[in-house]
Amino acid sequence: MTSETMVTLTIDGNEVSAPAGSTIMEAAESTLGIRIPRLCYHPDLSMQGSCRVCIVEVKDVPYYMASCAVKIAPGMEVRTNSPAIREARRDIVELLLDNHPRACLTCERDGNCELQNVAYASGVRERLFDGERKRFPIETDNVAVNRNQEKCILCGRCVRTCAEVQGVHNLSQQGRGFTTEVAPAHGCRMDDSVCIQCGQCINACPTAAFTEHSFTDDVWRAIADPETHVVAQTAPAIRATIGEGFGMKPGTPAAGQMVTALRRLGFDRVFDTNFAADLTIVEEATELLRRMEGAGPLPLLTSCSPGWVNFLEKFYPELIPYASSCRSPMSMMSSLLKTWYAERHGLDPKKVFVVGVMPCTAKKYESRRPEFMSADGVPDTDAVITTRELIWMIKNYGIDLAHLPEDDFDSPLGESSGAGDIFGTTGGVMEAALRMAVEKLTGAPPASLEFTEVRAVEGLRERELKVTDALTLRVGVANGLTNARQLLDAVVNQEKTFHVIEIMACPGGCIGGGGQPYPPRGYRIFDKRLLAERASALYAIDQKKKLRSSNHNPAIQALYKEFLGAPGSDKAHKLLHTHYTPRLPRGIR
Amino acid sequence: MTTVAIKDTDNRDAVRRKSIEALTPEIVAYIDECARDEHPHSRLIGALHKVQAHFGYLGAEQLDAVAQLLQVPAAKVTGVATFYHFFRLEPRGKFVISVCLGTACYVKGAERVAERLQEELGIQYGETTSDGMFSLEGTRCLGACGLAPVVMVEDQIFGDMTADQVPALLEKYMKMSET
Repeated sequence: MTSETMVTLTIDGNEVSAPAGSTIMEAAESTLGIRIPRLCYHPDLSMQGSCRVCIVEVKDVPYYMASCAVKIAPGMEVRTNSPAIREARRDIVELLLDNHPRACLTCERDGNCELQNVAYASGVRERLFDGERKRFPIETDNVAVNRNQEKCILCGRCVRTCAEVQGVHNLSQQGRGFTTEVAPAHGCRMDDSVCIQCGQCINACPTAAFTEHSFTDDVWRAIADPETHVVAQTAPAIRATIGEGFGMKPGTPAAGQMVTALRRLGFDRVFDTNFAADLTIVEEATELLRRMEGAGPLPLLTSCSPGWVNFLEKFYPELIPYASSCRSPMSMMSSLLKTWYAERHGLDPKKVFVVGVMPCTAKKYESRRPEFMSADGVPDTDAVITTRELIWMIKNYGIDLAHLPEDDFDSPLGESSGAGDIFGTTGGVMEAALRMAVEKLTGAPPASLEFTEVRAVEGLRERELKVTDALTLRVGVANGLTNARQLLDAVVNQEKTFHVIEIMACPGGCIGGGGQPYPPRGYRIFDKRLLAERASALYAIDQKKKLRSSNHNPAIQALYKEFLGAPGSDKAHKLLHTHYTPRLPRGIR
Repeated sequence: MTTVAIKDTDNRDAVRRKSIEALTPEIVAYIDECARDEHPHSRLIGALHKVQAHFGYLGAEQLDAVAQLLQVPAAKVTGVATFYHFFRLEPRGKFVISVCLGTACYVKGAERVAERLQEELGIQYGETTSDGMFSLEGTRCLGACGLAPVVMVEDQIFGDMTADQVPALLEKYMKMSET
């Protein structure tokens, strides 16, 4: 780098050079490894500079500056850690704490809270400013995402995430001064708002102002009831992240230990949502091939991600006819569990309690859609718990997952191909579908099963894949709904044509879902490194499997032979497909 | 790529119709003009002023209509409406009584006048009497410090107010509304 693009300044008495355009915060970290404390700052979000925790002294400036918001200049003399700064920073954090419930011991984020960490690190040891604390009603009855404004520190990370990462703009600061709160329009409940239930506000929050609606009590109750046959199904992405809750390195696959843990918790059967992922691929690839023959509109939009489905219904209702009619793997699995599985084992479907372990909060909402309930209103999926909730249940039971022996899923709904495993990462559904579709289009399995063109953790990919001399498939892959909007707008405006577009609501796909573990120390949310490590766990599992294409899964083939008939049959449609409805309030896009 | 008939599932027109019904044709025309602006977001406050000037307050339906017509997220629209002191989210009374809480008025006893108003009307700042007759507001300096303490009813100023003058003042407006 030439000297023109570098700026020389002094930080804490050290002369350093950092790229022009860096902020003081970035320069301190990149040159001296000083991580200035921060709360509202996130490198992937717009600058806010509201928490004031990252203040520094700059020579000849008569006030403390927010290091996240000030760019470096030649000759600048910065002090990040003078006695005055330490005292001011501690006071700022203490003022945040004094408007915050003293409920760390009973808080969901105890031990995992950025405010708690900053408070300790900045040296708050006593509470001097005991003043009035803000009071708000606490929402505890939303189906997926609950809101507790008493814990909010108004850093705006959720507001910016909802707007900038997801393009939903459901959250904004309402009111002003002491009674300011972060809420949807009109301060209405999350369930009544334009919220798509993706749960990224939960991940973005440094405290616990947003949390998932917990179903763990329902699960414990079902397990304790000897009359109830409790069945777990675990989503593809759980095995890639659950180990993080027990100190395992991100990217460590832990499917076997997870199965053992679920058995020890008392689940009667442990099945794999990956089985239904294979089933989804068979149905969805069949749907794609039929549409390519003219039976329906293209592009086919995937429908596995319930946050995306909510976004479709609220923001892009005109694209509903393009969405695959396939239910998500979770809902396909639950439908089969309450019909085929119950029948086959002589079980009363009402006594089968299905627990979906999902990386996702929107799956909680999906499970309460009337389309996925029996005629008398019993959900096919009785309870959905997130990865975080399962980690908590395992800890609550006193089990250290990291030291458990490995075990296998129950048969036959536990058998899956590698294509099912990679469903949990962006590009994975596309790759899984291509493995089958290319085989059907060419009459032979593809030379390489690894469609690395569609792999990556970045938000947006458009690719052309030559299948035969006569056919090139145009595919789009997006994760994070702001990215997805670029593809959707291109379709709406008829600027581009695609055969298939895979959309996952969350950054990185399900591995970055709204129900995934809070990032371990040294990582942050939306962290490309963390997402890539989690994805690598899924690709590693896939690579080790002999069975890597959904349509070759013998358990799937047997299910069609014995029960469903052919892919896309009437029975398959009744049990495995769904429909979508435009929903209000309509989102602004 | 395909010639298959695609079902119309869009609700854009229905949402627009509902939004138009919540406002007046003049306001809709104004907002449509704002929406064509290079920066529609920067026209939000102006649009809200228009709505409040006509309806006297910003109702939930009107706020949603502004959001849809201006294509500004509803959370932002209500965020702005609840941030600024001038915007009202509740219908206001026939007569709005504003008590000046500026320094001069405060020193000269505006608080005692305000207390009497609250007592006589049975409402607090920001509220409206159940008969819809009076709304009570606290306001910043009205620029009439020489007349402190000042009370403003609609756009008429009453200077040198005392608590004892409050009942007669209210009586005057009650009579005015009868005729």
